[in-house]
Amino acid sequence: MWDYCGQALETARLRGATYADVRVMHLRQRDLTTKNGLVGTLGQNESIGLGIRAVANGAWGFAATDQLTREGVSACAAQAVAIARSSALAKKENVQLAPEGTYVDSWVGPCQKDPFEIPLEGQLDLLLAVDAAMRKVKGVTLSETDMQFRKIDTWFASSAGSKIHQRRVISGCGIVATAFQEDGLQKRSYPNSFGGQHVLGGYELIESMELLRHAARVGEEAVALHSAEQCPERNGTLILCGSQLGLQIHESIGHPIELDRVLGQEANFAGTSFLTLDQLHKLRYASPIVNVVADARIAHGAGLGTFAYDDEGVPAQRIDVIKDGEFHGYLSSRETAHLIGLPRSGGTVRTEGWNRLPMIRMTNVSILPGQWTLENLIADTDEGILMDTNRSWSIDDRRYQFQFSTEIGWEIKGGKKTRMLKNPSYSGITTEFWNSCDAVCNAEEWALWGTPNCGKGQPMQVMGTGHGAAPARFRSVTIGKAFAKQ
Amino acid sequence: MKPPLRQGRSESGARGAGALRPERELRQIAATILRLAKQRGVPETEVHIDETIQALTRFANNTIHQHVAEHGLAVSIRTAVDGRTARVTTNRVDEDSLRAAIDDCLSMAEHQPKDAKLLPMIGKQNYRRVRHFFPATAALTAEDRARAVMSACESAEKQGQVAAGIFSSGQQQSVLVNSRGLAAAYRQTHATFSITMQQGSAASWAKGNSGDVRQFDPAKLTQTASENAARAEHPAELQPGRFTVILQPAAVLDLVGFLFYDFAATAVADQRSCFSGRVGKAILGKNITITDDVYHPQQLGAPFDGEGVPRQKVALVERGVVQRLVYSRRSAKHDGTRPTGHGFPLPNEYGEAPMNLVIDGGQKPVEEMVASTERGLLVTRLWYIREVDPYEKIMTGMTRDGLYLIEKGKIAGAAKNFRFNQSILEMLRNVEELGPACRATGEEAFEMVVPPMKIREFHFSEATKF
Repeated sequence: MWDYCGQALETARLRGATYADVRVMHLRQRDLTTKNGLVGTLGQNESIGLGIRAVANGAWGFAATDQLTREGVSACAAQAVAIARSSALAKKENVQLAPEGTYVDSWVGPCQKDPFEIPLEGQLDLLLAVDAAMRKVKGVTLSETDMQFRKIDTWFASSAGSKIHQRRVISGCGIVATAFQEDGLQKRSYPNSFGGQHVLGGYELIESMELLRHAARVGEEAVALHSAEQCPERNGTLILCGSQLGLQIHESIGHPIELDRVLGQEANFAGTSFLTLDQLHKLRYASPIVNVVADARIAHGAGLGTFAYDDEGVPAQRIDVIKDGEFHGYLSSRETAHLIGLPRSGGTVRTEGWNRLPMIRMTNVSILPGQWTLENLIADTDEGILMDTNRSWSIDDRRYQFQFSTEIGWEIKGGKKTRMLKNPSYSGITTEFWNSCDAVCNAEEWALWGTPNCGKGQPMQVMGTGHGAAPARFRSVTIGKAFAKQ
Repeated sequence: MKPPLRQGRSESGARGAGALRPERELRQIAATILRLAKQRGVPETEVHIDETIQALTRFANNTIHQHVAEHGLAVSIRTAVDGRTARVTTNRVDEDSLRAAIDDCLSMAEHQPKDAKLLPMIGKQNYRRVRHFFPATAALTAEDRARAVMSACESAEKQGQVAAGIFSSGQQQSVLVNSRGLAAAYRQTHATFSITMQQGSAASWAKGNSGDVRQFDPAKLTQTASENAARAEHPAELQPGRFTVILQPAAVLDLVGFLFYDFAATAVADQRSCFSGRVGKAILGKNITITDDVYHPQQLGAPFDGEGVPRQKVALVERGVVQRLVYSRRSAKHDGTRPTGHGFPLPNEYGEAPMNLVIDGGQKPVEEMVASTERGLLVTRLWYIREVDPYEKIMTGMTRDGLYLIEKGKIAGAAKNFRFNQSILEMLRNVEELGPACRATGEEAFEMVVPPMKIREFHFSEATKF
């Protein structure tokens, strides 16, 4: 693979590139699903190719090919340089890259049990057993399970001299029971909705989930929701469980801090951000108990945003995003760092695959644990609603106004979790919401949740991001608008 | 846009970077796979090969900031042995890799329980010809796109505005064969120009998409976005509530597009469709007629489905009544009917879906709808639409890039963006007027042919700050 990298860089240099970096990537993926006792998807996908990014005439070009031959690689590198020259037709300023060291390294992410080496039969047997256990519950009309495994090898080389190989294995799994009655559809998922939980790691993740133990409960709750009271419409206290808080962080903190979005580079598609440059170190983003970091280091945990080097060859870092409630930092790249006075990139540039241009993406954007146990937090709440497991999510294109709904809610009265509520939802304005946070649960309740389906860029790239979160409490929140008639 | 025809010209001059392979090369790869599988004793094998060339010029802040091109191949193999099937996809086409892919496929399939309802693969089919490949689009170069973008950026600067967007073009071909003699092939081109014009804190947007790049004009789209951005400044803060709205085609598409999977027979059988228990009932307005039609002159897409079944035109909704669903071979057998050619590649759990919806339009242009509105809102585009209630099909999302207040038949100014929580079923019962249907393109749904609509009592629940 290094030969392909070297050949691409040399061709780019000969064609006049002043800088180039290249990624050869080998992607392997296995998908298993079941539905109502039958195997649904059963597939494996392998893709290998090369993408090269080059600066010529002060502008960027990128080209990608799966023709891994001398002719194919050279043609691809030449195309990247030719594209860069055409980009220069509409150039305002020359590309400026923050200084970075050169690294020759190899890194393998955590993986105790390679899922591609575990017999498929065992994986399917587990999913079918869980599927059957959910369907055994009277009233469950649809049972579904899924597992997904990915193994990603990346060989990165730059014209500055870096040569980095990384291997990341990602595992994910989820189950969902749906109950259809005349009043509509209710569903429950475990351990999270929309594909479940995903981490950097091997089959040990699946084993740790204890799927069978949760299957009957998931089915029973889906059915019970039909008899539950409708979540009321009101302004009140809200406690979010960890996975939902993770998505709240993703949408209302993770995306607004992307510097390319702030600078208008996503204005046509993903949108911009209310976090204009004048807000840095000034905006009271959240209440003083809220601390949020973007941390790609393995020390933070084995999340979907964990790596040793980003796809520009910048080492993984921890960035303070919100410190004691104050807005403290953006996600940056080598190209954007200088615009906010940083001496180097924050190391957050990532690509979906060999055929996509690396761009600023979330790493693990996490809230740091507080002091509460969930039990104590509920006991401390006179009246409120506890919401768990995302059902829908939406936020405006500057990341101010959001609305989320969850699969299930629980009324809290007099410090106790009481009746079940169906169709819970809440909404608000990002900074007002985060400034209403008055409690975050402790490290025992904290988990690094994986969001495997974050879309950004054109052509669209789907990326996995990590979000460490624990249950947290918010005051004076708008609740129940999604189902309000007027 | 009408670029000069420059067939055969590639972006770098190198073969493989700018031109699709001859179809016979893909057929040769497929034949090799069928031969290797036969040698391995596989009773049934299906091969699906996709080749894609895609290029995209992305601009923001009146300059090009991302500019990419890719060329790739995906070879997908499905084996079926004694009621067990699996799929393996690779882009390595040497014989050793293909042999390994076949072995992986067999290995995956043999570890699953037998599926007694797995159907044998189909044989040779006849397909209706579609013309979706346009040399003018295939000939577009990086420089062609860059020059059009440069022109848009210069126009923005003259107006004191800031432009962001994309100009993309591409071509793709597919070959689908199986060991029972099926042989299908398809190729198409596609091009998109999308532009957001920002003026101060206001913005507006326009987008064109077609297989033939000559069907839209980047300069006109730029001008539309520019004029609408200018009138989007100084938005008024309105109280949320129920409004008469006029949805431009992109807004209609991105909402109604969420219905597409509800028309799947498998979704109805699984009781997860909003049409479960409602087929044959008048649940939409009498002025709503929806078909799925890949042969419509403004549509793109292959004339066959994931198993090679020829696609049919299907009348899904007639005068507000859901009349028909779409079927894969499996769901058709389950329901005792014939497949409609909308199945996904096997194995899958979703069955099928219509991908080429056409909603019948009317005669009233948007300008006349505005003129006939006492008080309402004109919606350019919707954003981040998600399903809140799958059975009542309540969707939430935001207006974006130009929300305009209509008073006494005229645009009275801009309004701050709203969040909506609106049932699509209710919305399609409240359509008062329809404009001419056109190929619409947004960001949430596949491109489809839909009209602009004037709708009463559209529910906006909250407002944002801009």
